[in-house]
Amino acid sequence: MSVRVSAMRSWLKTLGVLRDRREQPNAGQPIATPARSPRRQPRRPASPAATLALDLAPDDPLAAYCLAASGVIEIDRLQLDSPTLRAWQAARMRLALPLVSQGELIGVITLGPRAGGEEYGADDLAALTTLATQVAPAVRVAQLAQEQQTQARERERLEHELDVARLIQQTLLPKAAPELPGWRLAAYYQPARAVGGDFYDFLALPDGRLGLVIGDVTDKGTPAALLMATTRSILRAAALGGATPGATLERTNDLLHHDIPPRMFVTCLYATLEPQTGLLRFANAGHNLPLWRHDGAVTPLRASGMPLGLMPGMRYEEQAVMLAADDSVLLYSDGLVEAHGVNRAMFGQPRLAALMAQSYADQALIEQALAQLAAFVGANWDQEDDVTLVTLRALCAPGGYADRSGFGVRISCEDDERAGALEDTAIEAVDAADAADPNESEPDEGDEGDEGDEGDEGDEASRWRTLGEWTTPSHHGDERLAMAWVAQTFAPLALPSATLERLKTAVAEATMNAMEHGNQHDPARLVYLEALASPTAAAVRVGDEGAGVADRTPTTPNLAAKLAGEESPRGWGLFLIRQLVDEARIEIAHGRHTIRLVIARDAPAPASPTAQPQEARDVRHSS
Amino acid sequence: MSDIPANQRFAARVRQATPQVAIVALSGEINAYAETALNAAYAEAAASQPTAILLNCAAVDYINSTGIALIVGLLAQTQQAGRALLVCGLSEHYVELFTITRLADYMRVFPDEATALASMSDDTHG
Repeated sequence: MSVRVSAMRSWLKTLGVLRDRREQPNAGQPIATPARSPRRQPRRPASPAATLALDLAPDDPLAAYCLAASGVIEIDRLQLDSPTLRAWQAARMRLALPLVSQGELIGVITLGPRAGGEEYGADDLAALTTLATQVAPAVRVAQLAQEQQTQARERERLEHELDVARLIQQTLLPKAAPELPGWRLAAYYQPARAVGGDFYDFLALPDGRLGLVIGDVTDKGTPAALLMATTRSILRAAALGGATPGATLERTNDLLHHDIPPRMFVTCLYATLEPQTGLLRFANAGHNLPLWRHDGAVTPLRASGMPLGLMPGMRYEEQAVMLAADDSVLLYSDGLVEAHGVNRAMFGQPRLAALMAQSYADQALIEQALAQLAAFVGANWDQEDDVTLVTLRALCAPGGYADRSGFGVRISCEDDERAGALEDTAIEAVDAADAADPNESEPDEGDEGDEGDEGDEGDEASRWRTLGEWTTPSHHGDERLAMAWVAQTFAPLALPSATLERLKTAVAEATMNAMEHGNQHDPARLVYLEALASPTAAAVRVGDEGAGVADRTPTTPNLAAKLAGEESPRGWGLFLIRQLVDEARIEIAHGRHTIRLVIARDAPAPASPTAQPQEARDVRHSS
Repeated sequence: MSDIPANQRFAARVRQATPQVAIVALSGEINAYAETALNAAYAEAAASQPTAILLNCAAVDYINSTGIALIVGLLAQTQQAGRALLVCGLSEHYVELFTITRLADYMRVFPDEATALASMSDDTHG
């Protein structure tokens, strides 16, 4: 007993001076060799002993041996193909004490020969084993404490960085929206906790026009804030020189391209308003499409262009719209429309457009949008991105502006071939979809109970007829057969070719989804298709045998994020479906997952290349 | 249709139209099976270090969502390499798909090769 105690004291003393004696790693020194954690490598200059303190790789057979061993290991007796073991043997280490805590190897104490030269006895080994069981939890606690300290320091550094980023943003954003006779402007900015790179700006241009800017920098934190500041300065300089929106973005892009870090870019919309005439010119570098409300209908304003900073020499399409009295325009960033709700669905542009259709774009719209957002995301929302809204509304001012009643039409200023391309793309097509709804209460599905939630008219229900039914096994590539079947089955309806193409593509995507997600590509499982027609609409049901198996929550793909490598390049199927038809509704019943696609028979021809198809209702689940 | 394996329904041929522009002429279906051939054609086109790569889709009869994803992948590669990706010969329907997906914001869409090449030679920028 006395031997053991003294031995313990001796070893503990040795352990206590371990750090100071690493340079002399000879007789009698235990060396603690940490396992796994790369942070725990010694920071001292390399020395013979330091090589012993290297990580024990998880795939080193010695690691498994140490974990399984109960008690002290006599190093000379081991025969393993292990680099660490060879290093120990080369350093004349004799014993190894694995430190195991909660089933995890957290370190190994190694000992060289005894100072006096005699062999280790059974008592020594027993005492060392006891030591190991007591040291292991203490070492684990020390490791955890150190990790927590490191994490705390990292958090502190990030917080500081966020403070800097916030400061930059708050300094550069306008303090208030400008006062402009005959117009009402409002802005709202709510940074995410992580501080994204949203910005907006109002510019008083020399000739009396007003410049409106909204943008979003990829990335977050200080880098985003700095890039936002740079972009804002360059754009201001270009715009204040009087350049048109397209030229302003071109110049900004060319200058920014030189300085922008790799994989970063800026989406930006720049518009100029002539307050006297209501002429709004705009160009868009990949930013969310602004929404224009005219006569109660809401239309996205499209102008194509690549985000700033990606490539030099880009050109930016310039478009214009003449705003009439009571017209309004909403600029926004993706933080709102891409906010995720509790069920992981996105807030979405259609929801915003529907809101705008009911309200003039001013402070009231901002408040309503925020209220809807709050309801949508729930109480425990972790805001992922900045939310920015800028609204512009033409007032019914006496004298000058209100009497331009004939001006509520879209014009094209420099690119005549695209003139009017957007006129028919209003989101009020949602209403058309309502009228064209193939009714939910067909005789074969009265069992669903709540199907009548749309209040669809029963007359319409009776006007739907089945044109044909078809099934296909789940074979890769057979969605093309489904397309051919659609073309053939709907031929008697003589649909406009653009309508038929949209329906064919939507059916192909729905069929692929059914084969892949529903039927798991099991050739024995079928995809069921049914073609329907009413006097005003065509519809196809696509069903599979995988009710509720796969998560098929629709999302809006973010192309910029995909190009930046932040999102998978895939994930377009349901998005395309929703964009191509007027309604896409999902039902789960009788062990089948079915999507019903509806398209108006007299849908206007696509005004490509600038057509923005109707984003009809959200895909809904009924059960 | 299904008796012809889908992976034989896609082909890509590369030719150098000008020192600056390589053309990748695609035909058949751009779907999951096109991935290998499409990426190989892109690598071949990129080898000459052109400033722009033009995808000629005049002989493409089908692009599905996976095909869109492949084109997104090519676009990401061209952007990293600092070159432009252009497309021509799309049917009206596929122009609409490029617009919906906003691919058209990132790659200029031309009716045909001649227009695309003329635009590139007119382009005094980078």
